[in-house]
Amino acid sequence: MKEKIMRAVFLAAACVCILCVALICLFLLANGIPAFGKIGALKFLTGAVWRPGNDIYGVAPMILGSLYVTAGAVALGAPIGILTGIFLARFCPRRARPGFRSAVNLLAGIPSVVYGFFGLVVLVPAVRSVFGVSGKSMLTASVLLGLMILPTIISVTDTSVRAVPESCYEGALALGATHERAVFSALLPAAKSGITSGVALGVGRAIGEATAVVMVAGNQPAMPSGPLHGLRTLTANIVLEMGYAADLHRQALAATALTLFVFTLAVNVLLALGRGKRPV
Amino acid sequence: MKTLFALRRRPAALLLRLLVTAAACVTALIIAFTVGYILIKGVPHLTPELFAPKYTSENVSMTPAIAGTLIMTALALALAAPLGIFSAVFLAEYARRGSRLVKVVRLAAETLSGIPSIIYGLFGALLFNRALGYSLIAGAVTLAIMLLPLIMRTAEEALLSVPDMYREGGFGLGAGRLRVVFAITLPAAAPGILAGVILAVGRAVGETAALIFTSGTATALPKSIFSSVRTLSVHMYVLSNEGFYIDQAYATAVVLLLLTVGLNALSGLAARRLTGGSGQENL
Repeated sequence: MKEKIMRAVFLAAACVCILCVALICLFLLANGIPAFGKIGALKFLTGAVWRPGNDIYGVAPMILGSLYVTAGAVALGAPIGILTGIFLARFCPRRARPGFRSAVNLLAGIPSVVYGFFGLVVLVPAVRSVFGVSGKSMLTASVLLGLMILPTIISVTDTSVRAVPESCYEGALALGATHERAVFSALLPAAKSGITSGVALGVGRAIGEATAVVMVAGNQPAMPSGPLHGLRTLTANIVLEMGYAADLHRQALAATALTLFVFTLAVNVLLALGRGKRPV
Repeated sequence: MKTLFALRRRPAALLLRLLVTAAACVTALIIAFTVGYILIKGVPHLTPELFAPKYTSENVSMTPAIAGTLIMTALALALAAPLGIFSAVFLAEYARRGSRLVKVVRLAAETLSGIPSIIYGLFGALLFNRALGYSLIAGAVTLAIMLLPLIMRTAEEALLSVPDMYREGGFGLGAGRLRVVFAITLPAAAPGILAGVILAVGRAVGETAALIFTSGTATALPKSIFSSVRTLSVHMYVLSNEGFYIDQAYATAVVLLLLTVGLNALSGLAARRLTGGSGQENL
């Protein structure tokens, strides 16, 4: 009897997860779809003007903003992250490895608001003094996000390079390859899908980051006009206006969240595909 | 030295090695600079006024926010930890491995962990705030949903890493499944589960976007679970956005940094006890 009850309890607990996802989807749809209906889906997604005061809602600048900033973050974070991951896995002196790894974990543990503050007091003035612009810009946000996704990419790369069987490496050595050649031509291709999913995780984090981006991106609701000018991302759009939005404005923000949700789902699907192909 | 000499005749290999080493140096510099900058600028501003028992716009004390963080985290964990651990027990101990339900639950958990925190914030604001207004409970429930997949995944991994021998031993002695779970597998998996819970605490302490629109930014200590409260991260966000209190924001950043980094280190330690030395190799 007791067994049966507890089994039901465990089963119910497991279903809470499904319930939560369903609830979130339902609420986003229920609040976002009316906005799509009233504004017009095409007008909402491709409109270049966001002016809630006049009931004009076009989210295209934010979509582009999110994509640009994320692309910038990956362009900066991925090469350094992957190379550092390879260093950690195969080049790091044995004694330095635990220290380096905990340093990377430390970077991963810093809250995003602290990153945002760091961006505000270090990166923004730096960009301002180098380029003579306001400093809150696409470039600043990209650099900051690149920094934030670095630990994710490093540790996934490290883990997946180390997961490749030692025989791959030894085989390459036996064929006369140098250590470097063996790592880059034998281990790296084998670890490729793991590394790809690490980068996808980074993309997911970058596109979904709100707090840090709001603090350094400038947030003008206009089409992004260059790396040194400010822009607004989808996440920032919600953070900035959720506090006072009502009625259609509120629904437009829910529709913004829905758009963002679709993007993150796409990243998740990409991740799942990468995982499916990973060699054992 | 010997390797460098040998590499002189292999420019491609030398180049690759330089590239990898340079990237590692850049990363090390970034870590040292980020953490060092916040510590050096922040520690001198850690004044006693910042820890005054009451918040005023003069002292911008962080004590109420620290208390708020503790209450919020405890409440969110009280909701998420039992749920997460129980669902992990179901997945690891009860469900047939590879059954459809397990797949759906895992997919749901993965989806949950991929949702950006601002969407949780919006969801919480839409769902709870209409009924409850800015409140501790709205924030805690939102946060609990966010932490659920993390706790569940780590607990499941910990349970699955308990050797089947242990369970067979329990069954062999005549224990039922429930008894085996509570007397054998859960205690054996405790360090791993604990590591996940501590990781979740760190996430909760550092969260901003999901809480601004659910628990709000009230500066006083909460009177009940229905009053608004600000956590330390939200406090820091408000401080740095107002722009008048940069010195105090530096100090708050130090406290927040030490808190989350300490919690992460603790989680790593707990995990190391489980895996016997290899440490924290997950994300």
